[in-house]
Amino acid sequence: MIRVVLPAHLRTLAHVNGEVTLELAVPPTVRSVLDELEARYPMLCGTIRDHDTLQRRAFLRFFACAEDLSHESPDTLLPPEVAAGTEPFLIIGAIAGG
Amino acid sequence: MSKVRVLVGTKKGAFILSADGKREKWEVSGPHFAGWEIYHLKGSPVDPNRIYCSQTSGWFGQIIQRSDDGGKTWFQPGTPPGETKTPDGTPKGESNKFKYDVSKETGAPLTTHQFYDGTQHPWEFKRVWHLEPSHTDPNVVYAGVEDAALFKSTDGGQNWRELSGLRGHGTGPQWQPGAGGMCLHTIILDKKNPNRIYIAISAAGAFRSDDAGKTWKPINQGLVSQFIPDPNAEVGHCVHHVAMHPSKPDTLFMQKHWDVMRSDNAGDRWHEVSGNLPTDFGFVIDVHAHEPETIYVAPIKSDGEHFVPEGKLRIYRSKSGGNEWEALTKGLPQSDCYVNILRDAMAVDSLDSCGVYFGTSGGQVYASSNAGDSWAPIVRDLPGVLSVEVQTLP
Repeated sequence: MIRVVLPAHLRTLAHVNGEVTLELAVPPTVRSVLDELEARYPMLCGTIRDHDTLQRRAFLRFFACAEDLSHESPDTLLPPEVAAGTEPFLIIGAIAGG
Repeated sequence: MSKVRVLVGTKKGAFILSADGKREKWEVSGPHFAGWEIYHLKGSPVDPNRIYCSQTSGWFGQIIQRSDDGGKTWFQPGTPPGETKTPDGTPKGESNKFKYDVSKETGAPLTTHQFYDGTQHPWEFKRVWHLEPSHTDPNVVYAGVEDAALFKSTDGGQNWRELSGLRGHGTGPQWQPGAGGMCLHTIILDKKNPNRIYIAISAAGAFRSDDAGKTWKPINQGLVSQFIPDPNAEVGHCVHHVAMHPSKPDTLFMQKHWDVMRSDNAGDRWHEVSGNLPTDFGFVIDVHAHEPETIYVAPIKSDGEHFVPEGKLRIYRSKSGGNEWEALTKGLPQSDCYVNILRDAMAVDSLDSCGVYFGTSGGQVYASSNAGDSWAPIVRDLPGVLSVEVQTLP
């Protein structure tokens, strides 16, 4: 089980409260987690990464286990704690604007 | 008794203001989509309970929302509330997918456009500025986007297809962004001639299609803009807004960056009608619901000072289609007021005594139930207003 923490505005769009939990049939990477997240919550398509290029939107960051994974390859395995569900995968909105 | 519903897009959410035909007591609903920029909401003329909404964010991009119950509940087209998948598990809800058409069959080459620094820059989708529902089919809606292009949906906003003849008509490399971005902000559908569409872009100019959006021609003759190398160029003009009365579809009124303009031949030739306005810079322009020669503008001090002149909030009305203007001030602040009125932030209702509405950068929405003779605020303290539309309901 993978735990994902979404920014508040995306929780509203997805009609969820609190963390989202996902079951993955493949090893967890940023790509596989986002693929499953968008499959479960298609209204999030395009809000975290571009529809076509799958590039992360500029003002979003990916954190886990106190590490910034935003610039890692999307196919890099996530930390074991995330795979085990003891730590969440965090999607964070950059602190910008007002 | 008739009712009116005012749809207000703001920098931090949408609001719906409702009143009966007297337009004295108002109910305020919102914020809807709190915290998001709502560039525009507009109802279908065919089914007033069908409302389309452009919800956008620098963080999360573009969302299209739709209501089928007059704004009580909303959903992303293709993804009804509480339902995230089709029965077979196929994801739905890509209503925010605005992809420029570069296909060999129907698309146009994805050229570059001129950037602020004069260099060429690739087209990048940013947001939807304006949604224009069809006069005949509630599932047909047009979207004007930044970077400038026109999209059309025929399935209620679920899927969008670019009408690429506009972006690809040839002058794209000369288009350039205004201060607010390179946006297609005005879409006018001619009710009498379904094949005719007008659009306007900052800063490219106005364009017309006579074949339902397949091909386009620039309609900017007569516009003079000192900020481009050739002030009389075919394109490059910063058109802020265009308005038309449905009974006189060949007559167009334009608020340009500077200058209020008029055309009586469907945009083929424009002439200036700024007349005695205190300043002819501004963003918004609109036409009285029943008097095609009565028009409204909100003069703004200058391109460098985007607020009303002399600290006085004045709407100007011309009953002669321009040139002779009168200031409308009753009920509006006449001292220490420094707000702006953006290009999509004025609308009229179609009650017998025409109502006029506008919203300000200071979060006020003002209404006049007597065609502008007097005004009263509906609300005073919303987030900055980006757009105002009105629905007149039976």
